[in-house]
Amino acid sequence: MIKTDVVIIGAGPTGLFCAHQLGIIGLKCEIVDNLDKIGGQCIELYPDKPIYDIPAVPKCTGEELTNNLIEQIKPFNFNFHLSDRVQELKNENNKWLVKTLNGKEFETPNIVIAGGVGSFEPRKFPTKSAEKYDGKSVLYSIKDKTIFKDKSVVIFGGGDSALDWAIELSNSSKVTLVHRRDEFRGAPSSVQKIKELSDNKTIDLITKYSIKDVKGNGSLESVEIKSESGESKVIKADYVLGFFGLIMQLGPIAEWGLNLDKKTIPVNTENFETNKKGIFAIGDICTYPGKLKLILSGFHEGALAARGCFKYARPDEKYRFEFTTASSTIKDRLGVKE
Amino acid sequence: MAKIKYIEFNGTEHEADVANGLSVMEGAIQNDIPGIEADCGGGMSCATCHVYINDVEWFKKLPEKEMGEDDMLDQAFEPKSNSRLSCQLIVSDDLDGLTVHMPEKQV
Repeated sequence: MIKTDVVIIGAGPTGLFCAHQLGIIGLKCEIVDNLDKIGGQCIELYPDKPIYDIPAVPKCTGEELTNNLIEQIKPFNFNFHLSDRVQELKNENNKWLVKTLNGKEFETPNIVIAGGVGSFEPRKFPTKSAEKYDGKSVLYSIKDKTIFKDKSVVIFGGGDSALDWAIELSNSSKVTLVHRRDEFRGAPSSVQKIKELSDNKTIDLITKYSIKDVKGNGSLESVEIKSESGESKVIKADYVLGFFGLIMQLGPIAEWGLNLDKKTIPVNTENFETNKKGIFAIGDICTYPGKLKLILSGFHEGALAARGCFKYARPDEKYRFEFTTASSTIKDRLGVKE
Repeated sequence: MAKIKYIEFNGTEHEADVANGLSVMEGAIQNDIPGIEADCGGGMSCATCHVYINDVEWFKKLPEKEMGEDDMLDQAFEPKSNSRLSCQLIVSDDLDGLTVHMPEKQV
């Protein structure tokens, strides 16, 4: 059980800057994120795309913004719990007991939900029959590639994950790559390599087809694919892999008894607290009259939510507003030497 | 201004007057029309405002896809050759009478 002042859910820019504000006012926090890296949508959806509306930063990419925010909170040495997801919240004696998917437990008076549009999860096949084999022979990520040795593997998708795995697995498996159109969005060098492997018959490349059904008797035996004009083919398959990118799901957040407005959480604009005492929501996931889904709004929301957390984390102390330019306490916290 | 018809997967029809300059996606969101989610808010980075343009003539008449739209559509639910991202369809008088069909689901 880790005791802390605040658990932040989401390591995107909003969660990171809220952590900074908590550090500045002398609170500790632990940050949990479902992705395996820090940065949220900035790093997952648009690491290379320039952002033009961060105040005083005329232009920076999602990755640069993330790196700067990580640098900015370094002095506080906060812990990150990546590839993990907050699953359960329970209130006991005005403290929140937080449990994650990987079995971590926290005790905290405050939770800040900075979860964007929810957690990123792989998009799955639309076919119902694929669910039966999910995690066994229908996979959306690869943990151990040795299981595919000498097997028939059918890969769906046109991006880098699909192409890279098709190339990699073609060394030791019988690979079929299926994509819905002729163009691929993967790196040009990978597309070139796939075409070579297809020309010399190392892999089977089938375009303008998508999945129709998976078939098997206990274990997976084949996958049926269809074209838009209705033709279909059946391919022998021991494994079927789908790489269609990630979608965002609200997930367990929907089950914590918070008021919800579609996929967002209504908050007050004084400290961004939700209908539950000690649970705050900031960034894209919160809503209030006039809400803008901008990173700069998330920064503002995080700064105010941090002050809201202070009240519950230090009930016997009075919060005193200070400037980073002038406060020697803050400079100590930042490790600034003068 | 253009009158846009949105048809849900179950056949329910909605019609909205959408101001020029807004996207077909925004027209749905502002009028509380279900079936278009637009998780990313119009940044062409989520594929949850996916629609089908079933009328071939209308599909040809729409502004061409810009770079990246097809890549994003690869990641949509059941994309077809008549798929578009509605956040990329900017409304003008030319779009008056457009009908878009929603997929079974977005995520």
